[in-house]
Amino acid sequence: MSTAELEHAKTSAGLPPHPERATMEGRNKVLGFWLFLGAETVLFACLFGTYLALKGSTLDGPTTQELYKIPMVAAATIILLTSSLTSVLGVLGLHQNNYKKLMFWFGVTVLLGAAFLGLEIYEFVEYVHEGHTFTSSAFGSAFYTLVGTHGAHVLFGITWITALMIQARRRGINLDTAPKFFVASLYWHFVDVVWVFIFTVVYLMGKVG
Amino acid sequence: MSRGKHSARLLSIFAILTLLMTGCEEPAKTVFDPKGSAGESQLDLIMLSIYIMIFVFVVVMAIFFYVLIRYRQKPGDNSIPKQIEGSMKLELLWIVIPIILLAILAVPTLSTTFSLAEEAPDNGDALRVKVTAHQYWWEFEYPDLGIKTAQELHIPTNEKVYLELTSDDVIHSFWVPELAGKQDLNPGKTNTMWLDAKEPGTYAGRCAELCGASHALMNFEVVAEDRSDFDQWVAERKNPSSEPQTAEQKAGKEVFTQNCMSCHAIDGTKMKTKGDKGPNLTGFAKRNKVAGLMENNDENLEKWLKHPDQIKPGTYMPSFDYLNKKDMNNLKEYLRSLE
Amino acid sequence: MATIVTIIVFILFLGAILTGGYNKELMARFRSHWLWDWITTVDHKKIGILYALGGGFFFIFGGIEALLMRMQLFYPNNDFIVGRTFNELLSMHGTTMIFFVAMPLLFALMNVAVPLQIGARDVAFPFLNALGFWLFFAGGLLMNLSWLFGNAPDAGWTNYVPIAANEYSAGTGIDYYVLGLQISGIGTLIGGINFLVTIINMRAPGMSFLRMPLFTWTSFVASALILFGFPPLTAGLFLIMFERLFGANFFDVAAGGNPIIWQHLFWIFGHPEVYIVILPAFGVMSEVISTFSKKRLFGYTSMVFATILIGFLGFMVWAHHMFTVGMGPVANSIFAIATMAIAVPTGIKVFNWLFTMWGGKIRFTTAMLYAVGFIPTFVMGGVTGVMLASPPADYQYHDSYFVVAHFHYVLIGGTVFGVLAGLYYWWPKMFGYTLNEKIGKWNFWLFFIGFHMTFFIQHFIGLFGMPRRVFTYQPEDGLTLINQISTYGAFLMAVASILLVVNIVYSYRHRVPAGNDPWDGRTLEWTISSPAPFYNFAQLPRVRALDAFWHEKMNGRKEMEPAEPLGPIHMPNDTHLPFVMTLGFFVSGLGFVFRSNEVGVLGLIIVILTMFVRSFEKDHGYHVETDEIEKTEKGANA
Repeated sequence: MSTAELEHAKTSAGLPPHPERATMEGRNKVLGFWLFLGAETVLFACLFGTYLALKGSTLDGPTTQELYKIPMVAAATIILLTSSLTSVLGVLGLHQNNYKKLMFWFGVTVLLGAAFLGLEIYEFVEYVHEGHTFTSSAFGSAFYTLVGTHGAHVLFGITWITALMIQARRRGINLDTAPKFFVASLYWHFVDVVWVFIFTVVYLMGKVG
Repeated sequence: MSRGKHSARLLSIFAILTLLMTGCEEPAKTVFDPKGSAGESQLDLIMLSIYIMIFVFVVVMAIFFYVLIRYRQKPGDNSIPKQIEGSMKLELLWIVIPIILLAILAVPTLSTTFSLAEEAPDNGDALRVKVTAHQYWWEFEYPDLGIKTAQELHIPTNEKVYLELTSDDVIHSFWVPELAGKQDLNPGKTNTMWLDAKEPGTYAGRCAELCGASHALMNFEVVAEDRSDFDQWVAERKNPSSEPQTAEQKAGKEVFTQNCMSCHAIDGTKMKTKGDKGPNLTGFAKRNKVAGLMENNDENLEKWLKHPDQIKPGTYMPSFDYLNKKDMNNLKEYLRSLE
Repeated sequence: MATIVTIIVFILFLGAILTGGYNKELMARFRSHWLWDWITTVDHKKIGILYALGGGFFFIFGGIEALLMRMQLFYPNNDFIVGRTFNELLSMHGTTMIFFVAMPLLFALMNVAVPLQIGARDVAFPFLNALGFWLFFAGGLLMNLSWLFGNAPDAGWTNYVPIAANEYSAGTGIDYYVLGLQISGIGTLIGGINFLVTIINMRAPGMSFLRMPLFTWTSFVASALILFGFPPLTAGLFLIMFERLFGANFFDVAAGGNPIIWQHLFWIFGHPEVYIVILPAFGVMSEVISTFSKKRLFGYTSMVFATILIGFLGFMVWAHHMFTVGMGPVANSIFAIATMAIAVPTGIKVFNWLFTMWGGKIRFTTAMLYAVGFIPTFVMGGVTGVMLASPPADYQYHDSYFVVAHFHYVLIGGTVFGVLAGLYYWWPKMFGYTLNEKIGKWNFWLFFIGFHMTFFIQHFIGLFGMPRRVFTYQPEDGLTLINQISTYGAFLMAVASILLVVNIVYSYRHRVPAGNDPWDGRTLEWTISSPAPFYNFAQLPRVRALDAFWHEKMNGRKEMEPAEPLGPIHMPNDTHLPFVMTLGFFVSGLGFVFRSNEVGVLGLIIVILTMFVRSFEKDHGYHVETDEIEKTEKGANA
C-alpha cells in the first residue's frame, strides 16, 4: 500500500458530520463523560475550599506573596490556554474527517501540555528550595494537593491523547475512535478551565493578599 | 413556657412512659428533668417538637389504619379499583400544613439558638471557666479566681457560668444532660457556652464525642452549691492544705515527688515542678470520684494507681504497680490528706 | 525482598494481561468454569445478583458486629468487649452497613430493575457496570481484611480527625478504611454515572421522563446524588491518606491545619449519602404499594418533583450534623431551616402512598407487608429527624443514643425494609420463582417487632443521658433494663435475618416457575419472561402511558406492542478486564496500607495498563440472530 492509499484508509469516507455522536455507544460515552466532568468539578471545588481554608497557615515558611512568581505561572497559563485552542483545531479535523489535521493539532496539544508540565515541575522544585514543601505546613500540603492534582490530570491527559493518536495511526478516524478523541478534548478543556481558576484563586489572589 | 407547666406535663406523660420504659429503674440524668435554664429552654423546644410530631404521627396513623382495614382485598373480589391520578387540593393540603407546623417550630428554634449563644458580658462580673478536655479527663480553670482543678466543675447556683471550651488533643464534647446540651471541644479552637443550676446538687457529665478507647469512661461531675458554699470552696482551693502532717503523709509526699510530680501538680506545696499532663490534684481528698469514675475511697485509689489501664483503657497514666506496699500506702495517705 | 516478590508477581501479571494467558489449556479450563462466567459477566441482571450476594455477605459481618456490641451493653460495666476493640466494632459496623450493605443491595435492585423498567436491552456502560461491582467488592474485602491483619479502623464511620490521625490511632486500621472506601467509592461513582446515562439515553420508544416508573426516577436522582456527593468523600479521603501516609498537615493543629475541614467534606458527602440510600427505597415502596393496591400511584408528578427536591435540598443541609461544632448561631439557624424544609417533600411522599392505597384493593404479600410496615417506621424516623433539625434541642440529642435510634429508623425502617420489599417483589424476575410467602410473613413480623424493640427504646436511652459510641454505662445511670430490652430486640432481628436465608433455601428447593407476571404488575419488567432473557426485550416495546403494561392490560391486550420488527440484537462481549483492573486497585490498596509505596504504585500501573488494553481492544460485541431469539422466547413461554 502506498502512503497515499494508507492515508485514504485512515480517513474512511462516508463518516457522518458528527461521528462522535453517530452511534449509541458514542452518545453514551459523550454524555457519561460530561457527567464525569461534573464529578471532577466537585472534587476540585473541595480541594479549592481546603486550600482557601489553609492558605494562611504558612508557619515559618514563605507566604503566598513571597512565594509565587507570576511571570512564570503566566507563561504556563498561556501555554495551556493555547493547547486548549489546538485541541479545538484537532476536533475540527475530526469533524472534517481530516486525519492529518487531527493528528497534527492533537500532537501540538500534547507537546504544549508537556511544556506546561515541565514548567510546573520546575516551579515546584524552586518552591522546595525556598522551604515550601508538602510537609512544611498546612499551606504547603493544601497547595501541592490542589496544584499537584491538576498536574496529575495534565499528565493523564497527555498520556491519554498520545495513546489515542497511536490508535488513530492504526485504525484511522472511525465511529469507534471519533468519540474517544472528542471526549479526550472535552477532558483537556476541563483541565484548562480548572487551571484558569487555579491561576486566579491561587496565584493572582495569593499575590494580592 | 413556665416551669410549672413543665412539671405538670412531665408528670403526666413522661413519668408514666419512663416508668414503663425502665421498670423499677430511675434514670439518673434525664433531659426531661432539667435543673438549669439552658436545659429548660432546650426541653421547651423538645416538648414542642414532640407535641407537633405526635400530632403528625397520629394523623398519619389514623389514615394508615383506616386504609389498611377498609381497603383490604376481599376474597373473590377481582374488580379493578378506580385509577386516580391525584388531587391538587389534597396535595396542596399536605404541603401547606407541614409548612405551618414547621414555622411554629422554627420561630422558637431560632430565638433559643441565639439566646444559648450568648457570650460572657465584658464587665468582668461573670464567672468564667476555661474547660480543657484531655484523653480522658477534664481540666477546669477559673482564670479570674486563679484556680485550676479537674474532673469536678464547681459552680454557684442561680448564676450563669460562661464556659470556654477547648481541647488539648482530639475532639471531645461537653454534656451535662440535666443542665445543658453539648458543645464540642476542638483542638485549636475555643467554643463558648453558658449554663446555670437552679438547685444545689451534683450533676453527671459525659464526653459525647468519640475520643478514643476510654471515651465511655470520660465522666465528670458538675457540683452546684449556694454562693456561700461556693465561695468557701474557692477559698479552700486558694489556700489548700497540701502540706503533709503525719510521718506517713510526709513519706507519701516524697513518693509523690519522685513518681507523680512530672505530670500532676498540687498547689500550696513547694514542689519544684508542676506537671500539667495529668489532672491537678489539689484538694483531691474532697473530690467525689477517683479518675472521675469510681467512688473516692482507699481501695479504688489503690486499684487506679496500680492498674490504671485496666480501668481506663488507653489512659496515659502509667501503672504504679512497682511501688512497694509501704510506699503505696504512704502515697495514698498523702493524696487522701489533700484538702 | 518484598519488593522483589511483588515485582515478579507484577511481571507475571503483565504477561497474563498482554498475552491473554500463557497456558492455553489452563485458560480453556478456566473459561468453561461457571465461576469464570460470573467473573467476566457484563449482564446487568447477573451483576445485580452479584451485588445482592456481595451485600448479603458483608451484612453477615455488620450484623455480627452489631450483636457483639449489644452483648457488651447488656450489663453496666461489662468487660466482654471494651476500649479500642469496641471502637473497632462500632466503626466497622457503621462503615460496613452503609457502604457495603445498603449501597450494594440498592445497586442490586437498580441493576435488576431499572433497565427492564425503561425497556432497555442493556445499560449504557456494561463494562463499567461490571467494574463498579468489582471495585465495591474489593473495597469491602480490603476493609474487612483489617480484622485479620493488625487492627480495624476505630474512629467511627465518620472517621473524624484527630482520632483518625496517626498520633491517636496507631497501626494501620484507619488506612484500611481510607483505601477501602476510596476503591469502593470509585466503583460507586462509576455505577452512578452508568445509571444516569442509561436512564437519559436508553429509554424505550414512548418512555418519556414523566412516564418512567418511580423506582427508575428515584434511582435516577440517587445516581445524580452519587455523582456530586461522592467526590467530596474522595477528596477528603485523599487528604487523610496524604496525612497518614505522606506526612501532610491538613488537620494537624500544630502545623496550622484544621480538623473541622474533614467534618465539612465528610458531611457534604455524608448527608447526600443518606438520601442516596433512602431514595431508591422510596421508589421500591412506590412500586410495591401501587402494584399491591391495584392502583396507579397517587400524585405521580408531585412524587417525582418531591424526589428531585429532596435530592436538591440534600446538598444544602450537611452542617446539621455539626450543630455542636461551634459554627455560631447564624450558621446553625440557616442549616436548621434548610433541614426542616426537607420534611415537606418527604411528607408529600408519605401522604401520596397512603392515598395510593386509599380506595385500592390491598393484597398483603410479604413485599407489601414490608412496604406497609415501612410507613409508620419511616414516619417515626422522619419526625425525629425534624426534632433533630432544631439546634438547641439537638445540643441535647446530638451524639446520644437518640441519634442512633433516629438513623436506624431511617436506615432500617427505610432502606432495609425497602430492600427486603424489593427482593421479595423482584425475586421472581431475578430467578424465575417466588419466595415462600408463609416464611416471608414470619420473616417480616419477627424483623418488624425485633426492630422496634431494639430501636424505639434507644430514643429514651439517649434522652436519659447515654452518649453514643460508648462501650459501657454505670450501674447508677439507671439504664440497665432498657439496654437489655434493646439487646433482646437485636437478637430477634438476627433470628428474622436467618429466616430470610431459610426462606431463600426453602423456596429454591420447592421452586415453581412464577410466570412473566406473578403480581399482576404494572411496569415493563413484568412483560418479559422470568427470569429475564439475557437480551431483555426481543423487540423493544412501545410505551403509551405511565404504568405501560397496566395500560395495555386495561385495553384488553396481554403484551406490549413492539416498537420494532424482530431483528438481530447487539450484545456486549463478556470480559475479564474489570476483574483484572480491580485486582490492580486491590493490590495498590494493600500496598499503601502496608506502607509499601512501590507496591501501591505497581497496583496503579496495573490499573492504567488494563485501561490501555481495554482502549486498544477491538471489542464491538456480537449479534444474537433472529432464530436464536425466537427459540429463546418460545422456550421461556413453554
